[in-house]
Formats: sequence, structure tokens, C-alpha cells
Amino acid sequence: MIDTHRMLPQSWRGWAALAAGTAMLAALPFVATPYYVGLLTTAMIGAMLALGVHLLVGATGLVSLGHGAFYGLAAYVVYLISPEGTALPIWQTLPAAMAVAGLAALLIGSLALRTRGFFFLMVTLAFGQMIFFVFHDTKLGGGTDGAYLAKPLIAAFGLELSPASFPRARRGWPVYYVALVQLVAIYLVLAFLLRSMLGRVLEGIKVNEQRMQAIGFNTYRYKLAAFAIAGMIAGAAGHMWSLHTGFVNPELVGWQKSAEALLIILLGGIGSLAGAIVGAFAFYGLSEVAQLITERKLLVDGFAILVVVILLRDGLTGIRLPRWRRRAAAPEAGVHG
Amino acid sequence: MADVPPGILVTEGLSKSFGGLRAVRDVTLTLNAQELHAVIGPNGAGKTTFVNLLTGELAPTSGRLYLEGRDITGTRPWEMPRLGVSRSFQRTNILKTLSVLENVRLAVQAVKLPVRKILSAPHTKASLVEAARRALGRVGLSAHEKTVSGVLSHGAQRQLEIAMALASEPKALLLDEPLAGMGPEESERMVVLLQSLAREHAVLLIEHDMDFVFKVADRMTVLVEGAVLTTGKPSEVRANRAVQTAYLGSPA
Repeated sequence: MIDTHRMLPQSWRGWAALAAGTAMLAALPFVATPYYVGLLTTAMIGAMLALGVHLLVGATGLVSLGHGAFYGLAAYVVYLISPEGTALPIWQTLPAAMAVAGLAALLIGSLALRTRGFFFLMVTLAFGQMIFFVFHDTKLGGGTDGAYLAKPLIAAFGLELSPASFPRARRGWPVYYVALVQLVAIYLVLAFLLRSMLGRVLEGIKVNEQRMQAIGFNTYRYKLAAFAIAGMIAGAAGHMWSLHTGFVNPELVGWQKSAEALLIILLGGIGSLAGAIVGAFAFYGLSEVAQLITERKLLVDGFAILVVVILLRDGLTGIRLPRWRRRAAAPEAGVHG
Repeated sequence: MADVPPGILVTEGLSKSFGGLRAVRDVTLTLNAQELHAVIGPNGAGKTTFVNLLTGELAPTSGRLYLEGRDITGTRPWEMPRLGVSRSFQRTNILKTLSVLENVRLAVQAVKLPVRKILSAPHTKASLVEAARRALGRVGLSAHEKTVSGVLSHGAQRQLEIAMALASEPKALLLDEPLAGMGPEESERMVVLLQSLAREHAVLLIEHDMDFVFKVADRMTVLVEGAVLTTGKPSEVRANRAVQTAYLGSPA
């Protein structure tokens, strides 16, 4: 028999947990205050970026510090293609943002992937910072101050869902639900890629790239494909950010965004695709709690992440109920069932 | 092209230098169909460098490489299995966290699956799995297909190495010290396996163990300091004084 990809749920229980989580997210706006609806939207966007980066980190074994730049670039694309103050429909802005981010990733990836390991990390960082300085040091996107943009219209087939038509307390709902749909879509697309033979090749590259070459895979091409797909997903996340806030600034493009995605993955669990989602909620939840109890929020953040990484090698998604674990580990030790 | 000698895999004046070190010097060798051709030589004779030249892992400094009369010099390593040249490694080089079957299935996928089908799910392409199972059957690993390859015994990992090379149904099979680190019982099984492989493939065997080589080889080439000392049948090589000198030192 062919095993399930190890980053995907291994049984119906995992899928059921994901479905339950989605249902919970769908219900939350009915009980949460507008502030928390906004915060959850932010967390979902963080999860989208982390999911894209996870295709590299977890599935291919590549650690990139450049994907924050593709995220920010996509948000700027929305600003740059919307003529002064006029909003474009989402079905125009989203493909444009994803295409630009994907092309940028293809170009940068084609150069960065000529290096390996630590050098790869540094080259992705350097290219990301180049994009950062384009927006930071030129007037292209409002310079260091950033710029307001007309949020893309949630419209398709002549139907429009305008936040302004909602009562004040529910203005965040349309964007929230668009983000939820997009998050689920990204997870499903990645799950599809991972369970395909492309996912198997990427996993082989992660385990032993030299051997994959020797048996006949041009590993460079496969890594480049993963790099570009991750760039497109980062672009979708950046687009969502512009829709959420209506504001772009160079901070969106900086390396900190990439580092945040890596922290989220570490926190949620490097061995599971859903780790990117769980990690994002934990990360933003943690920041929120830290902010409530102290002014030194980063200190609390850092300490909590350290504890999780040290105590839980597989992150939050690596936690298993004891009873469940015992049953799974009992038959034929060392043999994969 | 017209004067290319017949044979599956042919090298002509193949050389490789690393700076001032001439690791492989002017090696001309013909690997024929259904032949087990052993390349032997003392440590540091350039045997593994020679295999790496044949698989494209290293680019030769000079010389040509032909596959069935076609010049394939400069082919990249990942293109070789599709052309019909595959190899095993001296130091076990498998996908340790994946199952035994998946190791071999990937090797089949690399040469048999068109890239446009890359998004189909592994279980939908039963022919790849069947080919992988056949290769596992050849080396005697069928019972372990679900085992995570990293927990196999050393000998079984060596068998898996060969199954992965066999998976692409190569014309030329290059085996770099398949016996490395094997016990006597496992070696005995490997002899039987190699003899059966040589009936269907052209096998180039790099080996250190002389007893083993004389038992299985149809022809052999002796490399010393990167150059060919002699080529011939095992009986001829055994009688060759130069070989005796190279291995045992000059007679008193």
C-alpha cells in the first residue's frame, strides 16, 4: 500500500478535526466582538503565508527568508494597479497579485536555488531585502510612510458584497469570511499537491537530494516549482492583507515577515501542514495575551515559543492524547503500518 | 562516429584531474551486453571517480563516453537513468525515512512517469508500483516493502541500493562496491544476485574483494593510479605479473 503523505492527516480523525476547526471559525463572528473578528482575520492571513512557506520548509526541506517579500509585494501590487482611489474587483486584483508574486519568486528562486543550505537562506534574505528597499527608498508605493489603497471589491458575477452595507458591528464579516474561504482553499490545494507524485518527489528531495538526482530527478526544477508555488501563495496572503487593512507600508515586505512565518511553523509543528494554521492562531493569540499582561510583549512571545520548541519537538500539532499514542505505537515497533 | 567501437557503454581516453592530481588517466573501456565487467584496483586507484564520470556526477577533463554508439559525454546525472544508465553507491545512499517500496517506486517514477502526470496520486498509477515490486522481488526484499528503509539491516540496505538502480530497467548497471560492509552469508547471496543480473544487463562492478571478483566477473579491468594496467579474462589477469606487483608489491 502507498502511505499518506506524512504532513497530511493520517486518518479520518485528523480530517474531522480540521472540519471541526473550520466550522468553529465559521461560527466565531457570531459570538466574538468586532475587535476579535479583525484579530482572527489577521491570524488567518498569517496562516496563509505560513502555509505557503511550509511547502518549502516542511515538504521540501528548504528554509527561505524571502517569502515575506513576495507577500508584501503582492499587497503593493493591489495599490499600484488600482487607479487613484478606485477599487477593482477581487477577481482582478487577486490573480494579478498572485501572478506578480509568483513571477518574482520564479526569478529569485532560479538564482537562489543554485546555492544550498545556509547560503540559500542568505540569498533569499538578500533578494527579499532588495524588494524591501525598493518600496522603502523610492516613492513608488508612498515611501517609508506607506499608502492607503482602495480595498478590492468583494465582487464577482455582478454581485457585490460591500462591508459598508453591513451594520457597524459586522463590517469585518465579509473580509473575515473571504479570508476563511481562502485559507481553506490554500490548505486543500497544498494537500492535493502533497498527496500527488509531486509531493513525493519533494519529500524525496528533503530526505536525500543527491540520491533523487541519481535516480533521475532534475531536483533543481522541482525545488523551483515549489519555490514559485509558495511565492504565489504568499501573494494570495499579501493580497488578503490589502483587503483587510486597505493600507500598505514597507514593513509588509521586510524579512521580519518571513521570520514570523518560520516561527509560526516551528510553533505549530514542522511535521504537519496544519501546523502552519494552528501555529498562526497560537502566535497571534500569544501576542495578544502578552500584550495584556506586560509592555514587554516580545519577551513573553520569545519565551513562550522557546518553551514550546524545547518541550514539544513536533510543535503544537505534535501533541497526542496518551491513550491514542499507545494504541498507535503498540503493533510492530519500527515498522510503518 | 563511424569508428565508435561496439558495446553498451564505451569510454575513450576518459580522464579527470583535480588540480594537479590526475585521478583518472586516459581510460578506454568497453562494457558489453550480458557481461559482468569488474573494475578492480588498490585503494585510491580512481575507481569511484571513474564511476562518477560514467554517471555524469563529474565532468571529464578529456575523453568521450558512448552509450550504444551515441556520444553522451556531458549528460547530467539526472538524465542518465532515462537513457539507460543507473548506478548504486559505495556508501549506502537511500531515502531513509521512506518505506522500502517508496524508495523504489520513486526510482521507477523518475524514468516512467511523464512530467505532465506529476499531479496524479501515487496509488492511481499501479504500473509504477508493480515495476517497483518486480525490482524488490529481484533482490529478495519483497517481504520488507512496508518497512522504513532506514531501519533495515545493512545487508538489506545494500540490496535496496541495487533494487533502486534496477528499477529503471537499465541497459548498463553500475555497481560501486555492493559488498561493502557485508557479512559472508550476505555476500554469498549477492554473488547469486549479480550472476543473475549479468544475464540481462551489462553490469560494471567496482569491487575491492578479489575472491568475489574472480568468482563473478566475465572480464576485468585493473586500475592503478587512475590508469588501466590491464584488461582481460579473470584467468589472464590472475596470471599477469604486473597485477601481482601492483597488489602484492614486487617479488623478492
